[in-house]
Amino acid sequence: MEALMRILTELRPDVDFEGNKELVDGGELDSFDIVSLVGELCEEYDIEIGADDIVPENFNSVEAIWNLVQKLQED
Amino acid sequence: MVRNILEYLEAMAKRLPKKTAFSSAEGNLTFLELEQTAKKIGTYLLRFGGKNCPMAVMMQKTPLSVAAFLGCVYSGNFYTPIDVTMPKERILSILNTLQPGVLLIDEKSQKQASALEYTGEIVVLEEILETKVEEEKLAQIRQNAIDTDPLYALFTSGSTGVPKGVIISHQSVINLTEWYTEAFHITEQEIIGNQAPFYFDSSVKDLYAVLKTGAQMDIIPKMLFSFPIKLLAYLEEKQINYIDWVPSALCIVANTGALENIRPSALRKIMFCGEAMPTKQYNMWKEKYPDALFANIYGPTETTVDCTYYIVDREFADDEPLPIGYGCRNTDVFILNGDRLAQQGESGELCVRGRCLALGYYNNPEKTAEAFIQNPLNPHYPEKIYKTGDIAKYNERGEIVFLARKDHQIKHMGHRIELGEIETAVNSIDLIENGVCLYDEVTQRIVLFYCGEAEQAYILKKLRDKVPKYMFPNVMIKMEKMPQTLNGKIDRLALKEYYDREHQNS
Repeated sequence: MEALMRILTELRPDVDFEGNKELVDGGELDSFDIVSLVGELCEEYDIEIGADDIVPENFNSVEAIWNLVQKLQED
Repeated sequence: MVRNILEYLEAMAKRLPKKTAFSSAEGNLTFLELEQTAKKIGTYLLRFGGKNCPMAVMMQKTPLSVAAFLGCVYSGNFYTPIDVTMPKERILSILNTLQPGVLLIDEKSQKQASALEYTGEIVVLEEILETKVEEEKLAQIRQNAIDTDPLYALFTSGSTGVPKGVIISHQSVINLTEWYTEAFHITEQEIIGNQAPFYFDSSVKDLYAVLKTGAQMDIIPKMLFSFPIKLLAYLEEKQINYIDWVPSALCIVANTGALENIRPSALRKIMFCGEAMPTKQYNMWKEKYPDALFANIYGPTETTVDCTYYIVDREFADDEPLPIGYGCRNTDVFILNGDRLAQQGESGELCVRGRCLALGYYNNPEKTAEAFIQNPLNPHYPEKIYKTGDIAKYNERGEIVFLARKDHQIKHMGHRIELGEIETAVNSIDLIENGVCLYDEVTQRIVLFYCGEAEQAYILKKLRDKVPKYMFPNVMIKMEKMPQTLNGKIDRLALKEYYDREHQNS
């Protein structure tokens, strides 16, 4: 979780991630951010994020991103 | 002969009145509805007087905003789309250059509009839709219109920090539309999946293809471009068969492997423009759509969207660049090396001649004179050409290949950006001593080197008020001091070498 917060704040130091449930729907993260984030997550956690998992629900909050990472680590 | 783009609209409103012209999540407009709505808006706008005056439109991207553009044209004036999400300072800078007769907004953009503290006339579109059309007055305006009158102005990044308003006439858009609807066989069967924002000139093609041919344009929700599977499912659901997208959007779909899961079945024509299309990702698309028409399209805003195109007609290896091809119909594109034509294989600056040329930059005679010059090959009579600032060459097949930029202009996620504009914004931040930007072509990142006390979060927070999000640096490197050249300028080359060394392994 700590590493995830580090990745997010490095990606967008101007965004307040904590408690934000609408990172995508609220327009904070755009497609460039999502692409960069997917790349960073794959590297950091040694996972593969397929197109099926790149959906707004998985990126709308820190918790959702964390759940996605955990789910993929279990696979 | 078509002299005014409204003739396209009126012909379609007669021929296909009930067919949907523009659709989006917010609602649809048929050709007849579009014509009537545009006329109402046009009639209302008459009170702001003027002829060939600028009018700014700051609205959500909906079919109604198309009606607003055309309403400006009905009133005898020209339109400028303004991005609602753009920072306040940049919007005000554009409005300051334009001095528009009116700022048209919709209910949803009211909040942003009031935050501007703009003192000129503001009209909320939803409030004027009951206006009674005054056919006679509109007809009189049309009577006096000529095809060199301006149709729209679009703003592009300027190196000094002030965006430049490229002003385009009716004849240039007619010239473009007549050509490409024919070249790409666009008919009323087409369902165009629109990606390009209205403040980006690629959308001009989508929009006027609809008016000219009776095709339908569906505005794809912007958010879908972050989520490839959802995007492809949307194309399937809407039975979209024609797309003309920025390569970044096509690449995201290809890179995530989404095409392996869903292959939208109706897609027949796939075009890309706005930046170089990487061949690897093109090949991934081509593999899924072996029979589709693919075209690589090139052109600066100053040449009315397109000036060259290449219909991909042979195999390309992943490391072989796609050519930008040949000049569009009625457009002369040539490569100048100094004041003479470049030979095959020799690089030079790409120059353009023809009806596609912009009228100039609005209220900016200096920049206009720099970019639109007398044809150096013709000393005999006045003839303007446009210098693109792009370096290109002819390959052995006689096709034009794009090589590089002459200056500090970059293409990032399809956006045309002057690094100088970012630098100007960064340098205006209080805790920054100086800042210089580079572009890392490989990872497609804007890299900022800066000196000063500012924290990175602070820099981005400050930038939010000054430049659009797509101009944000993706990497920020704090320096003790900047390397300098012998004559005391910041040594960009040394910075580039430093960056390459530090980031070789990442």
